[in-house]
Amino acid sequence: MRITLWGTRGSLPSAGPETVRYGGNTSCVEVRGRSHALLVLDAGTGIRRLGGTVDPGVTRIHILLTHLHMDHIQGLGFFAPLYRDGVEVHVYGPRSTTQDLRTRLTRYLSPPLFPVRLRDLPSRPHLHDVPLSRFEVDEFTITCELVAHPGPTVGYRITDGGGTLAYMPDHEPALGVPRFPLDAAWTSGYELAQRADLLIHDSQYTMPEYVEHVGWGHSAIDHAIAFARLARVRRLVMFHHDPGHSDAMLDRLLAEAGNAGPFPFELVSGIEGMQFEI
Amino acid sequence: MLQKQVEIILMRQLASYLTLPVFVVDPEGNLLYYNASAEPLLGRQFDEAGEMPIREWSTIFAPVDERGAPLPPDALPLAIALQKRRPAYRRIRITGLDGVPRELEVVAFPLEGQGRRFLGAVAIFYSVNAR
Repeated sequence: MRITLWGTRGSLPSAGPETVRYGGNTSCVEVRGRSHALLVLDAGTGIRRLGGTVDPGVTRIHILLTHLHMDHIQGLGFFAPLYRDGVEVHVYGPRSTTQDLRTRLTRYLSPPLFPVRLRDLPSRPHLHDVPLSRFEVDEFTITCELVAHPGPTVGYRITDGGGTLAYMPDHEPALGVPRFPLDAAWTSGYELAQRADLLIHDSQYTMPEYVEHVGWGHSAIDHAIAFARLARVRRLVMFHHDPGHSDAMLDRLLAEAGNAGPFPFELVSGIEGMQFEI
Repeated sequence: MLQKQVEIILMRQLASYLTLPVFVVDPEGNLLYYNASAEPLLGRQFDEAGEMPIREWSTIFAPVDERGAPLPPDALPLAIALQKRRPAYRRIRITGLDGVPRELEVVAFPLEGQGRRFLGAVAIFYSVNAR
């Protein structure tokens, strides 16, 4: 499968000269299968540019939301294929303990927050409460589990029978753990990530920043690295960059993280437009 | 090795920060964790005791009622929380793994996650002797 990063920023879109290289768009990742099936992971502001590249001949799209924080759904109403009649769009995301996905998503995709109602979109998207289990979508097998982050939040493990991608853009597995990681059985997200070819993981903070944000649902870069090591992945993509981190700072953080190596995996810092083949 | 559900992981994390003694079991009643505050009541560190099947922990502490009559496993608040999926309360006496008898008030409640996934149960202990 081919994976393209369309938005790598966390929390808030961050346009500006200081973020132009890593990008300022929030979480969105395109996954294309061998038969060109299209999965979209999260609908942050990066999904707008992705929408412009979707061939008019594409008739079915699956959007997998990890959770409904604004930076993961803000681009949804700007995804051009939703306005095409005849495109079958399936949106998956977690329900809460009291409300289904449709009810939760409608709170954003309706006035006064957004002028177009979900039900008025020409594609009439199909909304699914994502099962907390394994399920099939086109040529992909997807495993979905809840992960440690405030509010109902899931991570995904996606395989096409060949490679495996694990996606956890918002994840705080170190929450409450004095010395992270504990053993694998007690580590949130472990089974989603174990032995993945590519792990796209929350790396929002430096360690000093993390100390100031414990419980906010995100990882320090050191935690992401420890988690990747525990899960024995082949490649770690640092993702969900803090909106306050400039290109220069992200370069420096990657270099500093690399200095702590060598690691038994390749360490990459996610940049908008970056592609991976697995 | 099966990774624990995230609600169980977070329950352990929370329990490890509480001074209230907490005991966590899976849907079959197998002991998954008790916190450091529970260790003096149960008479052994969790790191020593480790995970334990229900048939073991439900008898190893030799639970009896207030009159000293042995309590069958089904009468324990945790067992009620597991079987009936509702909170339960009882005052019991146990003999800790250090051989010391203790009188405890126990409140247990079931853990049910999204999609009505039944995850296990939690018991909170209060030592009557400590009053």
